[in-house]
Parts: sequence; structure tokens; C-alpha cells
Amino acid sequence: MDLAAVVVYEILYTIAFLALISAGLAVVFGMMRVVNLAHGEFVLLGGYAAIVSHNTLGINIFVSMLVVAPLAVAVFGVVAERLIIRFLYGRLINTMLATWGLSLAMIGAFTLIFGPTTTSIKAPIGGFAVGDYSLSGYTIFIIASAVGVVLLIFGVLKYTRAGLIARGAMQSADMASAFGYDTSKVYMVTFAAGSALSGLAGGVLAPLVGIGPTAGLLYIAKAFITVISGGASVVSGLIASSGFFGIVSQAVTFATNSVIGEIGLLVAAVILLRLLPTGISGRFFRDRL
Amino acid sequence: MTLNRRQFVQGASAAGALATVPSVAMGADSIKFGSILDTSGIFEAYGKPMEKAHILALEEINAAGGLLGRKVEMIPYDTQSNMALYTQYARRMTRRDKVDVVHGGILSASREAIRPSLRKAKTLYFYNTTYEGGVCDRNVFCVGTTPAQQSAILVPEAIKRWGKKIYVLAADYNYGQITTNWIKFYAKQAGGEVIQADYFPLNVSDFGSTIAKIQKAKPDMICAVLVGAAHLSFYRQWAAAGMKKKIPIATTTMSSGNEHKILTPSEGDGIIVCQSFSPQADFPSNKAFLAAWKKRFGHTNDIHEIAASSYDGVRLWAEGVKKAGTLDRMKVIEALESGIGYTGPTGKVTIDGKTHHVTHDMHLIEVKNQTLTIAKSYSQIPPSDTQRVCNLEKNPNDTKQYEIKI
Repeated sequence: MDLAAVVVYEILYTIAFLALISAGLAVVFGMMRVVNLAHGEFVLLGGYAAIVSHNTLGINIFVSMLVVAPLAVAVFGVVAERLIIRFLYGRLINTMLATWGLSLAMIGAFTLIFGPTTTSIKAPIGGFAVGDYSLSGYTIFIIASAVGVVLLIFGVLKYTRAGLIARGAMQSADMASAFGYDTSKVYMVTFAAGSALSGLAGGVLAPLVGIGPTAGLLYIAKAFITVISGGASVVSGLIASSGFFGIVSQAVTFATNSVIGEIGLLVAAVILLRLLPTGISGRFFRDRL
Repeated sequence: MTLNRRQFVQGASAAGALATVPSVAMGADSIKFGSILDTSGIFEAYGKPMEKAHILALEEINAAGGLLGRKVEMIPYDTQSNMALYTQYARRMTRRDKVDVVHGGILSASREAIRPSLRKAKTLYFYNTTYEGGVCDRNVFCVGTTPAQQSAILVPEAIKRWGKKIYVLAADYNYGQITTNWIKFYAKQAGGEVIQADYFPLNVSDFGSTIAKIQKAKPDMICAVLVGAAHLSFYRQWAAAGMKKKIPIATTTMSSGNEHKILTPSEGDGIIVCQSFSPQADFPSNKAFLAAWKKRFGHTNDIHEIAASSYDGVRLWAEGVKKAGTLDRMKVIEALESGIGYTGPTGKVTIDGKTHHVTHDMHLIEVKNQTLTIAKSYSQIPPSDTQRVCNLEKNPNDTKQYEIKI
């Protein structure tokens, strides 16, 4: 019984983990169709921002993770969008090349500034017990953050004017500009929002996984798999595919080990995309957010 | 301008001759010491302090009058954490620089990349890193710690302290697997038992389900053979789950990358480790080493076990040359095989002639407030793993790396 609770808890954590690292990409790639190969490094940048702001500047850890990290990466995102990405909208291969270069440059810069080792902060919440098992309390915070992020994206896109304009501009940029909206600005703000979400993920995950210059690889593959399998709808796609992969990989991990768990996730992704080439939301939640 | 084949060949050989002249002229009377290490890229945290160890050891040798009345000149190569550069630079060292000895190599892959070509070029090679054991080659001396040297002490001591049931978490490549086999072997000898061994690829950083599984298995301790930055997450997640006080951890891999300084005290305290070097060891030869390092490089924060063994490697080679009275490769090898020893940062180190590995002191170390505190020292632990398979006295032409079956 206790074990069942623990398994469910770990599954929820994995779902939250996938949703967090994929949320930023869901906006940048899912909405804007920008293949951001530097996504992993955007996440890391958030982690570094949180660590520096807490360890060096002494800012409260929750402020560092929830405010400083996303803000720092949003600013970086704006710079990257203005200098590089805005010239490449609609040119898939060119964006891939440019963002890949950006990713390598960021890895180099991280190594230069922070050294080749991992840095981290201590998890601010201790453990608690369920029957015979003791669990990480911080995991609850991560699950809550993921829920918060998903609600935030949903709320903004569905109920605010800015969200409506953003969706409109993504669907038909010509139409939006004919209505007098500056689509270039809309793109910039959307990219910044996506970057901020990536930064938030990095900040929140820093205490659990530790941040090193090349750790971006841990995130980027999973994030792309989650977003592509999710399909065109940002929110429902994200929830559906994080949920699906979280359950598959953790169930397999508990039954066997973490290597087979990872393989399980990849096999599930291949089968899923074979059966539903447009992703989960391409089939089941069409025309929903 | 057209260039026919003959002109091209003439030009190229002239250029080649030009390129080789200066190095011959320059170092006519100094001994050439080739240092080949990853001092940039992802392994620089390992390689940089090792290069410093080479520099320090050679400066000390030169300050004391050099070897055979000649200065020793270091020719450093940075392999940039790129395995392909090892073969290329090894060739350059043997052909162009004509070095008298090569020290270096960090990962086992890098050692295996250059070992054959150095043997072929008849250039003596020292590999000074903690590794999985089993290299049996008369041209090579391995001055690092091998798995049996760690496990022979760590496992019985942990069983004595904490109980019989061990849960092993290991990196999924040869070092992790071989070390796990030794842990099983020594656990059985000490009346304990490995109840479960889980292997993780180097990029795994999520240990949530593993931590739950460990709690289900209820072991008396964890034995961790985790390697690299991603695996460090285990210690964090273990502490975050509040498990630190419930199940203790012994590890063979803490501190080669200064991991104990990366983890916070609440994550690292109480973990036990076994290795040949500790900056907190306060016998005179280590104190002298630390003082010299501090004087030369300003601080001693970056010294790790394999930097200390790199220093050992250089000093042992120098002892061999002194005893042989020549730089002739076979004479130096024979001198080293006679059981040469010296006392340095890791205590007394003696070369085991049959295996070309070293017998040295090992320390049981507790991590405490980001430092390595020695709990107990064990003197003169032999490389018993490689000794099972390798006998260069009997088979001097052996060149294999044995996979040691237990």
C-alpha cells in the first residue's frame, strides 16, 4: 500500500518534470515553430541564475528560483530573438543551425564562467514519511510548480487579450498585422515568455539535479519528444504527453530499472508517433488550447 | 606555377627537415618528459591538477640537480578531452620530440589509444590514474589505485560498521561493473551480501524511483560507484528525501573530481570513501608535498587523488632512472621492476615488479563539512586484482588488458 503511494508519487514527479522542462519549448516550438536547439541551455541558464542569485547575492531561495531565474532567461531570450532568431522565422533548417550554434556558444560560456563541474543549491524543503518510506518534500514543490506553469499558460492564452493576440499572430501573421498589431513585437514577447518558462524550469530543478555546462543534453531530447508527441495544442498536448510518458517511464523503471525505463519512454514515443503522426492533441483535443 | 612530383617531394622533405631541426638542436642535452593530459574540455577538472603535479615534480627534480646530471624538460600536450588527439600527439611525441618517457592519459580509453603506439615506438609510459585494473604490459607502469585496493578495505569496514546487506549503485561501464564485482567478492568474504546492484548510464540524473526501490529492499547500507556530474544528483536527492540519517553510504568514487566540495555538508557528511590520498593526512611527506604545491600554485584546493598519484608516477620514474644510471628503456624498466619505492603524498609507494602496478597505503576517509577526514589508514595494500592475472616475470611479452574474472 505504501509502495503504491510511493510509485504514484514518483510518477507524478516525472510528469511534472517533463511538463516543466517542456513548457518553454511548447511555446517556442509548439506555437512559434522555432526549433530551439539551445532549449537545454536556456534551462541551464535559469539554473545558473538561481544559483548565483541565491549563493552569491544572498537572495531568498524561492525568489531566486521563481522570479530571478525566469526574468534572467527572458531577458536573454529577448536578446537572442532580436539578434538571431527574428531573421530566421519560417526557415526551419537555418533556425536549427543558428540555435545549435547558440547552444555550443552557451556551453562554452558556462564552462568559462562556472567551470566544468556541477554547481547546485541545497533543496529548501526536507523529507517526509509515508509509512515505511521517506520521500522528498521538495518533489511536492516541483509538482506544484508544474501545475502552476500549466495553469498560467492556459490562463494567459485563453483569458487575456495578449494571449488572444499571440495566438492570432501565430495562426496568421498577415491577418494580425492587417489589424494593426506589430507582429514582430508579438513574436518577441512570445519568445521571451517561452524563455522565461525554460528559465523557471532550470531554477526549480537546480536543487535536485545540479547544473553543469553540458547538462542541457539531459533536457533537450526529452523536451522535444514531449512537445512533438503532444501535438499542436500547447496546453492539452503538454499535459497529455507528459502524463503518458511519465506513467510509461516510471512504471517501467519500477518494474525493471532506470535504463529500461528510459528505453521504454523512447519506444513509447516511436509507437505513439507512428500511430498518431500529428501528436496526441492532433487526434484527441483538436482545436483546443 | 606548376609543380611536378619530384619538385613536390623535394620541397616537402626540405620542409620536413626544417621542421625537425630546431627541436633536435634545442634539447640536445635535456631529458625530454612528455606529458599528455586533458587540460581543457570536460575532463579538465581531472587533467589540470595532474599537469600541475607533473610541473611540480619536475621542478623539484631539476632544483635538486636534475637526473644523471641533466635537466628534465617537460613537453606538454593538451588533448582537449578528445580521444582522437591522443593517438596524434603520441605519434608526435615519439617521432618529432623523441621523448624519453610519457606520463599521462586519464580515461581508460585514452590509455588504450596510446599504449600500443608507445610500445611500438619503444617509449616508456606511465599511467597514473585510478582505473579498473588488469593492464599487463612491460612498457607501462600503472601508478593509480585499482578496484581491489579500494574495495578490500571499504567493504569489510562498512560491513563492520553498519551491517551485512549492501545495495550497490554503479556507473554502467567497465569501471563500475568491475568494481561492483569486487564489492560482491569482498562482501562475501566479510560475511555480508550484495542484495541488489543497479547500473546507471552516465547521463542519468533522476534517482527518485531508485530511492524508493532502495527503501523497499531495506539494505543496511549503500555502496555507490557513481561517476560524473549527472550521478551526483543521487546524493542530493537522497538527502532531499531525508534518507541520509536512515541508510549510510560508502563510495569508491567521491573526491576524484572533488565531489565532496560540490555537495553541501548536509548532503555529503558521513559518507565514507577509500582512497590513497587525503589532503588531511598529516604525515611529513604529505605535508611537505602540500606546502610545496601551495608555494608553487597558491592554493591546494584542487589536488585530488589522481594528481597525487601523477606526482608519485614522476618521482618513481626518476628513482628508476637514478638507479639504472641511464635513460635506456630496458635498463630503466629493469630498475623499476626491482621493487623501487619512495615516500610521497600518498605515503610509501612501491612498484610491484610482476604487474607494474603499485603497492601503496590506503585510507578510510569520512566526508565531514566538505573535507576528507581520515578515519583509519591501512599500510601497503597490494594490487591484488591485477596480481591474479598478470605476471610479467613469466610472460614479459604480454600486452593485454585482462578483464579480471572473480
